[in-house]
Amino acid sequence: MTAAPLLEADDLHRSFGATPALDGATMRVWPGEVVAVMGSSGSGKSTLLHCLAGILLPDSGVVTYGGRDLSAMSETERSALRRTDFGFVFQFGQLVPELTCLENVALPLRLERIRRGEAERRAAEWLERLEVADLARKRPGETSGGQAQRVAVARALVTRPRVVFADEPTGALDSLNGEKVMRLLTQAARETAAAVVLVTHEARVAGYSDREVVVRDGRTRDLTRAS
Amino acid sequence: MSAALKDLLLGARFAVAGGRDGWTRAVLTAVGVGVGVALLLLAASVPQAFAARQARDDARSDLVSSGQLSPGANTVLLGYTDTEFRGDAVRGRLLRAEGTRPPVPPGVARFPGPGEVVVSPALKALLDSPDGRLFAPRLRGARVIGTIADAGLSGPGELAFYLGDGALTERATARIDRFGQAGLEHEGLSPLLVLLVVIIFVVLLLPIAVFLASAVRFGGERRDQRLAALRLIGADPRMTRRIAAGEATAGALLGLGVGALLFLAGRQVAPFFTVWDVSVFAADVRPGLPLTALIVVAVPVVSVAAGLAALRGVAIEPLGVTRRATVTRRRLWWRLIPPAAGLLVLAPMLGDGGVQGSAGQYQAAAGAVLLLLGAVALLPWLIDLVVRRLGGGPVGWQLAVRRLRFDSGTPVRLVNGITVAVAGTIGLQMLFAGAQSQSITETGHDAAGPQVIVQTHTFTDRAGLLSRLRSTPGVTAADASVRLTTQPARPPRAGEALVELREADCASLAHYARLGRCSPGDVFLVRTSESDSAVTAAYRPGARLTLGDDGGGGSWTLPARTRVVTGTQTYDAVRQDAVLVTPGVLRPSQLAAGTIQAYVWLSPGDPDALERLRNTAVGADPLSMVGVQSAVRMDRKFDGIRRGLYIGAVITLLLIAASMLIGVLEQLRERRRLLAMLVAVGTRRGTLSWSVLWQTAVPVLIGMVLAVVFGLALGAVLMSMVQLPLSVSWPVVGGSAGLGAAVVLLVTALSLPALWRLTRPEGLRTE
Amino acid sequence: MSIGQVFLGLLESGPRHGYDLKRAYDDRFGHVRPLHYGQVYATLSRLLKDGFVELDGVEQVDGPERKRYAVTSAGVTDVDRWLSTAEKPELYLQNTLYTKVVLALLSGRSAADLLDVQRAEHLRHMRELTRRKASGDLADQLVCDHALFHLEADLRWLELTAARLDELTKRVLT
Repeated sequence: MTAAPLLEADDLHRSFGATPALDGATMRVWPGEVVAVMGSSGSGKSTLLHCLAGILLPDSGVVTYGGRDLSAMSETERSALRRTDFGFVFQFGQLVPELTCLENVALPLRLERIRRGEAERRAAEWLERLEVADLARKRPGETSGGQAQRVAVARALVTRPRVVFADEPTGALDSLNGEKVMRLLTQAARETAAAVVLVTHEARVAGYSDREVVVRDGRTRDLTRAS
Repeated sequence: MSAALKDLLLGARFAVAGGRDGWTRAVLTAVGVGVGVALLLLAASVPQAFAARQARDDARSDLVSSGQLSPGANTVLLGYTDTEFRGDAVRGRLLRAEGTRPPVPPGVARFPGPGEVVVSPALKALLDSPDGRLFAPRLRGARVIGTIADAGLSGPGELAFYLGDGALTERATARIDRFGQAGLEHEGLSPLLVLLVVIIFVVLLLPIAVFLASAVRFGGERRDQRLAALRLIGADPRMTRRIAAGEATAGALLGLGVGALLFLAGRQVAPFFTVWDVSVFAADVRPGLPLTALIVVAVPVVSVAAGLAALRGVAIEPLGVTRRATVTRRRLWWRLIPPAAGLLVLAPMLGDGGVQGSAGQYQAAAGAVLLLLGAVALLPWLIDLVVRRLGGGPVGWQLAVRRLRFDSGTPVRLVNGITVAVAGTIGLQMLFAGAQSQSITETGHDAAGPQVIVQTHTFTDRAGLLSRLRSTPGVTAADASVRLTTQPARPPRAGEALVELREADCASLAHYARLGRCSPGDVFLVRTSESDSAVTAAYRPGARLTLGDDGGGGSWTLPARTRVVTGTQTYDAVRQDAVLVTPGVLRPSQLAAGTIQAYVWLSPGDPDALERLRNTAVGADPLSMVGVQSAVRMDRKFDGIRRGLYIGAVITLLLIAASMLIGVLEQLRERRRLLAMLVAVGTRRGTLSWSVLWQTAVPVLIGMVLAVVFGLALGAVLMSMVQLPLSVSWPVVGGSAGLGAAVVLLVTALSLPALWRLTRPEGLRTE
Repeated sequence: MSIGQVFLGLLESGPRHGYDLKRAYDDRFGHVRPLHYGQVYATLSRLLKDGFVELDGVEQVDGPERKRYAVTSAGVTDVDRWLSTAEKPELYLQNTLYTKVVLALLSGRSAADLLDVQRAEHLRHMRELTRRKASGDLADQLVCDHALFHLEADLRWLELTAARLDELTKRVLT
């Protein structure tokens, strides 16, 4: 890990009302690595992810991506960054129910104003890669949780992002489906050299990471870095 | 207490309980239903208001019934001096008591003596206003001794007066011994008016029904979740339905209360409006008992039905709510039945004939209603069809179209309301615009013709009248003739027509016939192509004639110098045989049995000229009549009703817009997580805003197209039924469609703040 | 886990007799199996021989004579090393881990650090298993999964203990 970090968070503080969610969180993400962010519920790990992805702005502290300070960017620029450089996988409920799986995967490309035909062609490739090509014409409501989650992974990767943010991606799945999603997610991310920030409270999911950062009471303990 | 009742009460409690959210929902529902109920109560009051008005009208009726009265202590001579002021009708009566115990008109405290006048409050207000000076001459300097009480008026805005006139004679007056007549036969409303009233009601009430049905569903999403929670703790589907019914009933009952209050408050402002010379007292706006009962029963029933119908679309399971995704394809064939039936019913009335008889009215009303229902029935099918065909486009568009394809039920219901309102508005406005333009074109045919006809009844000084008319400011020209009826001075034969005699100077007579040369003392006999041979035989030089209806002018012989001439085709052409005489031929006493008909030309830029002319006419003969040729009066009437229609349509559309807005907000809240997620992955808010816009705009647009088609059809049908030439008023169509567009923009604009708020990243947190 | 290292940890708070040591050990860690006296004295003599403890004095109060032991600086270093080294993740570690946590608390060391170090070690191990699983056949996968589930259980225990450290500190120090 000699190259410069891709994503860098330094001493982040963020409160929701009177409740502090982050209280001095610091972490780095290097290109292509899979980092697990672990912690119990309410520890602030999701808030950390949202700050890293520029969805939330910290009250204090700096997040830089590729040397650029996210706080200094406009909302429009951050949105654009999220469209082009980041991908997202959430726990559930992230697919638009009215669109087919194929259209859902094509959505980020379409947001980038790529022609529909081209977008759907690329989306189809990704569905194939995640072994859910047969779901292309189905709606999310007609798929199982594991299948929907794999569609979501395809959607997160279809823009070839440099960082994929995954927030409890297996949280709503059983072990076997969870394993499958994680295997496909990390495998695809490694193939495209995308870094993965994986928020999870499950050790077995964290087992797919290269290293972990522990969040406790809004503070990070980055042990693997220290050793 | 039975279990079912318990469930209902539980539901009722849910309707109002539940913290701020619960209250918001309850208030929204109550206000929504309340507005609907108030409008329904208002509609239900219309018959009552007309009846009350009619009753007061009967009580002051002064029409002479059969039988001759001889003068007595309790008789009154009464002259009609109805007039208009700036387009508003003024009811005027001249009274002269013939004895010591004259009957007093209703609402009048003291019988007005000569030179005294009793005026209505509205007329009093007019006299006290700056305009009063223009009207005052019509009261000929009489002293106002009081105002007419409500009992003697048809409405609060009515302009009326009773003027004591000591000069009144039996000529052109009526003798009465009482006011009021029981059991008068009423003609009822004209067929056209009935048709209009029915269609207006349909046009306004259908959207209100739609609004009512959607108002009771405000907060439906939360309710479904609550019901799911109840299912989890053991409520069976039937119980949940009963609980939902209880909730809907509670909302409807609250709404009824709010509606009653709104109605009571609203009717207080009723007296401030005068439409088509009709104004109503607040006390007259009283819904009839049967209709009130119907509303009180129907509103909760409709609410419960709508609530339960909404439940059909979702499966409420213990673990949550799932929308039934099974999309039933909408069928076309039965949807074509109502419009086809409507056209079938209306077909016989198109073209000639128009609406005839009361059966015809019902037929026409039924046809129009069926036609409008056709639009309602076709809309869901059309939206389905169009939405399924709609293809690619930007992401916002795609999201909106898919959403509609997924669930078009709610938007369809709301847009249906808009469609009916707009279609009805277009149809009716077209009718009015057509009527308006027709009356304008008619006068346009003879732009040079006179605008006003003045007819005296007790004044035959032709030259005097002419000089008075010509000296009235604003009068550019005037022309007059004395008219008398004549008949052969022998026992009349059956079927023999009376022949008119006109006395005027040569210049005026030239309007009626091709005289050739003319000098004072000449007499002419006009023959037309339709001359009756019997008349031709009886009217020839040397024939002896009786002058006046009852021979009041004595008899007179057509002189030998009488020349036979032919008639002309001018504004006052002679259409039948007539006798024309120049001044000096007949003595004033012979002419006194006649009347004067004067034609007056007014300066076009002077709107008050007409009022001054009326003053002049009253000054010459209080019982004279002033008739306006142009469409001035007609225009104003239509203006009032057209404005009323627009206001009604706007209110209706605002109601619908409110329900649409609530629907959009609920949908946004329901999808809060999804929205936050879409923003998280970098979706532009603009994209989401477009999606909201399209989602509202697409159904409304389809509805508008349908509304324009059906509105034009309705308008065409209405126009042809009253035999107006078909013409499309594009400004009306554009204006109505513009209203629809405004609704879309309004709903979208108002939902954007919520969209902004819901797409904040915090939306991702709450689970 | 060796009893010797536990004794050293216990002695850090002050010199004790062998009998005291046995009682302290049994109180805190001997829920399953109390120590035999023989075990106690054998261990102490081995520690004495290795230079981790020294004789602090001999007492005789109306009975047998008692030797008092104190920990040496070499002994403290040994405890340090032991506590800061993660245990090799294997089955049924709780006993050892619990002892280490309690000793850390007793001796004023950071139990949270200890837990973090252990967690990191567990996760390292789990990563290895996860990798092996990805490349192995079904049998490998099943074997690895078995180990992974056990490690996960340990990790959960570590998590829970970390969350309840405050409570435990109070309990141990009173």
